[in-house]
Amino acid sequence: MTDLYEAQRAMRNMRQAALQRGVIAILDVGSSKIACLVLRFDGERFMGGDGVGALAGQSSFRVIGAATTRSRGVRFGEIDAMAETERAIRTAVQAAQKMAQTRVDHVIACFSGGSPRSYGIAGQVDVEYDTVSEQDVARVLASSDVPDYGAHREVLHAQPVNFQLDHRSGLKDPRGQIGQSLSVDMHMLTVDTAAIQNLLYCIKRCDLEVAGLASGAYVSGISALVEDEQELGAACVDMGGGATDVSIFMKKHMIYADSVRMGGEHVTSDIAMGLQIPLSTAERIKTFYGGIVATGMDDREMIEVGGDSGDWDKDRRTVSRAELIGIIRPRVEEILEGVRDCLDAAGFEHMPSQQIVLTGGASQIPGLDTLAPKILGQNVRIGRPLRVQGLPQAATGAAFASAVGLCLFAANPQDEWWDFEIPVDRYPARSLKRAMRWFKENW
Amino acid sequence: MRPVDPIEFAKAPTVGGSARVSEAVARAIRARRGESDPAPRPRDPAPSRAAYRMNRLWLTPSFRFCLRRLAPVAAIVACIGLWFAQPENREAFTGHVLAIKNEVQNRPEFMVKLMAIDGASPELSEDIREVMAQDFPVSSFDLDLPGLLEQIESLDAVEAAGLHVRAGGILQVDITERTPAVVWRSEHGLEMLDDEGHRVAALDSRLDRPDLPLVAGEGADRAVGEALAILSAAGPLLPRLRGLVRVGERRWNVVLDRDQVIMLPEQKPLGALAQVLALDQAKDLLARDIEVVDMRRPTRPTLRLTEAAQEEMRRLQGVELGVSYQ
Repeated sequence: MTDLYEAQRAMRNMRQAALQRGVIAILDVGSSKIACLVLRFDGERFMGGDGVGALAGQSSFRVIGAATTRSRGVRFGEIDAMAETERAIRTAVQAAQKMAQTRVDHVIACFSGGSPRSYGIAGQVDVEYDTVSEQDVARVLASSDVPDYGAHREVLHAQPVNFQLDHRSGLKDPRGQIGQSLSVDMHMLTVDTAAIQNLLYCIKRCDLEVAGLASGAYVSGISALVEDEQELGAACVDMGGGATDVSIFMKKHMIYADSVRMGGEHVTSDIAMGLQIPLSTAERIKTFYGGIVATGMDDREMIEVGGDSGDWDKDRRTVSRAELIGIIRPRVEEILEGVRDCLDAAGFEHMPSQQIVLTGGASQIPGLDTLAPKILGQNVRIGRPLRVQGLPQAATGAAFASAVGLCLFAANPQDEWWDFEIPVDRYPARSLKRAMRWFKENW
Repeated sequence: MRPVDPIEFAKAPTVGGSARVSEAVARAIRARRGESDPAPRPRDPAPSRAAYRMNRLWLTPSFRFCLRRLAPVAAIVACIGLWFAQPENREAFTGHVLAIKNEVQNRPEFMVKLMAIDGASPELSEDIREVMAQDFPVSSFDLDLPGLLEQIESLDAVEAAGLHVRAGGILQVDITERTPAVVWRSEHGLEMLDDEGHRVAALDSRLDRPDLPLVAGEGADRAVGEALAILSAAGPLLPRLRGLVRVGERRWNVVLDRDQVIMLPEQKPLGALAQVLALDQAKDLLARDIEVVDMRRPTRPTLRLTEAAQEEMRRLQGVELGVSYQ
C-alpha cells in the first residue's frame, strides 16, 4: 500500500517536472492499437471568462505529435508479450517524436485491462479544532476503512468523491469550514499488479519515465462525456479492441469502473472463424461492410472474400452482407449484455440520470445506435472525444477517446489520495512537522 | 489516422479480380520454373533499440545544436589547426601569400614609372631627386609617401610640398619654394634667408645675389623680419647702404658706405631710423664727416666724428676762443 502510495507520489512529481519542461507524451496501450500523442504545455492557462468554463485545462496544451501503430503483444488490454509490446511502443513513440520534432522523456500511460475493480470506501473523524484543517482532511482520508482487495492487486485510483461535515453532504472542499465530524466517501480502483508492473517495465525499457498511470475507463469517460453528463451522472462505455470499459460518473467524479473482457477483436475473430478467412481479411471486411441491423438489401450485396490459397473456388468465395451481419450481431449483443451486467452490478438503475455514452473504436459499427437502446436503455448516444488543440483530424475519432482523455488528465488531474497531506502520526518520529505539531498542541 | 504499420490487406475486389489473376499467373510461372514462392515477410516497422536511442539522441535539442552548429566549425578549425601545426606548411602558406601579394602589387597598373616635380627651380629639383633616392619604376604599394614627403620637406629651400601618385603612374611632387629675402653673413659663410629667417641655401659669393640685402651678426637670422622692416624704412639710404649688423643679438646697426654706422636702439628701431632720416634731410647729416650716429637712446642722439673732423672742430673752437693748440 505505502509502496504504491510512494510510487504514485513520485509519478506526480515526475508529472510536475514534465510540465515544467513543457513536453509530455501520452501513451494509450490498447489491444488493437497503440496511440502516442505528444503534448506541449505553454502559454498561460485560460481560467474561464464570461460564460466560458475553464475548459478543464485543455486550453493550456497543444498536441504537436501524434502517431498510432498496430498493437502487438497485447490481449484484453493487458501485456501478453513484453518484447512485442515494447517494439510497438517504440514505433509509436518514435513516430510521434518525429512529428513533434522533439524528444519526450515523460509519458503518461493508460491501459484498460487488469480486471479493474471498484470499491466505495468511507471514513470519519472528529475535527480537531473549530475549523477543518488540511491535517483533518489527511486524517479522514487515512481513517477510511480500506477493504481487503487481495495480495496481487494495486490501487490505481483513489479519489475522494464526497466530503461530509456534520449533516452537510456534497462538499467539494471542506477546508476552513466549521463543524465537528468530518467524513469522506472515496472511490478506489484496483487492478492486477502484474498488469501495471508489465506496463511500467515496457515503458522503462523504452527509456521513458512514467509520469502517471490511469485507467482506460476513467480517461475515456473524461473525454467522451460532456460536462453536464459528468455532473448529472452518466455511464461511459469504451468499446475497445480487446476489452470494453465501463465507467460511471457522477458529480464530475468517477464512482464506478469495470471492464468486460470482450471487444472488437472478438468480432473480428468471429468473422475469421465463421468465414474461414485470415484475421487481416476479416478485419478489413468488418470495417468496410460490418453492420448490426440487416435489411433486405443486404441479402443481395455480395462481398468477395478473397484468399491466397491458389484454389480457384476457395479464392472466389463470396458472402452476403446479411451473413456477415449475422456473425457480427450476436457478439455485439454479448458485449452489450456484459456492459448491462456491469451497470446492474453498479446499481446504475438507481442513478438520477440514465445517460449512456458509447465510444471507442468498436462503437463505430453502423447500427449500434439501434441495437444499444434495446439492451442498455433509451438514453444511449454514440460519443466522440472532446476536441483538443492541434489534434490531427485522423485522431479525432471515437477510437481515440482514451488518448484524448489522457491529455485532459495530464492537463488537469483530479486530486487523488496521494495528493493530500500525510497525517502527522504517519510521519517518521524525528520529523520537523511532528515537532511543530507538538508545539502547537502544548502552547 | 493511417497507422504506421497498416495491416496487410488483400487487394480490393472491385476490379474483377484482374490483379488477382495476374498474381495467380505469376505464381504459376514461378512454379513452372521451380522457384519457391518468395512471399517475403514484411519488414518489422519497429525501430531497434539502438535505432530508437539514436533517434531520441538526435532529437535532443542540445545534441542537435552541438552536432549541427558546433561540430562542423570545430572540425574545420581542427583541420586548419592540424595543418598549420606543421612548420613547413606554415612557411609554404606565408610564402604563397607573399607571392600572391607581390604579384598583385607589381601589376603594371600599380607601377609608378617617373616623378614630376612642379614649382621648383632646377637646382632644387636636383636636390629633391637626390634626397628621395627613389628608383623607378616602383610599385605604388612600396612607396612610403609620408616618409618621402618628410624627406622633401626637410630640404631648406622647400616651404611646402605635396606628394601624390597621379594617373598614368606618375609621382607628382608639388613644391612651394622659399624665396630668399636677405643674405646673411655668419661665421659659417654666406647664407640666403627667407623673410622668416629660414635658411634657403648657401651662397658661394655675395656677387651671386647682389640684389639681396646683406645682414650680418649672430642671431640675425632670428630677426630677419625686423631687418626687412628697417630696410624698407631706410628708403633714401638704400644707395649708400652696405648692410645691417645684428649686435649682441638684440639690436641693429645700419652700416653705410664710408664706414658710417647708424646704431639703432633695441626698442622701436624704425622710429629712430626715421629720426636719423629726418636729420639727414634737414641737416644733410650723413653726408658730413661722421663715423657713428648713435641712436641707442632715441631721446638723446649722439654723433661720433671722424678724427679729422674732431681736429677740425677743435681747431674751429680754438679759433673761436682765440686759442691755438699748436
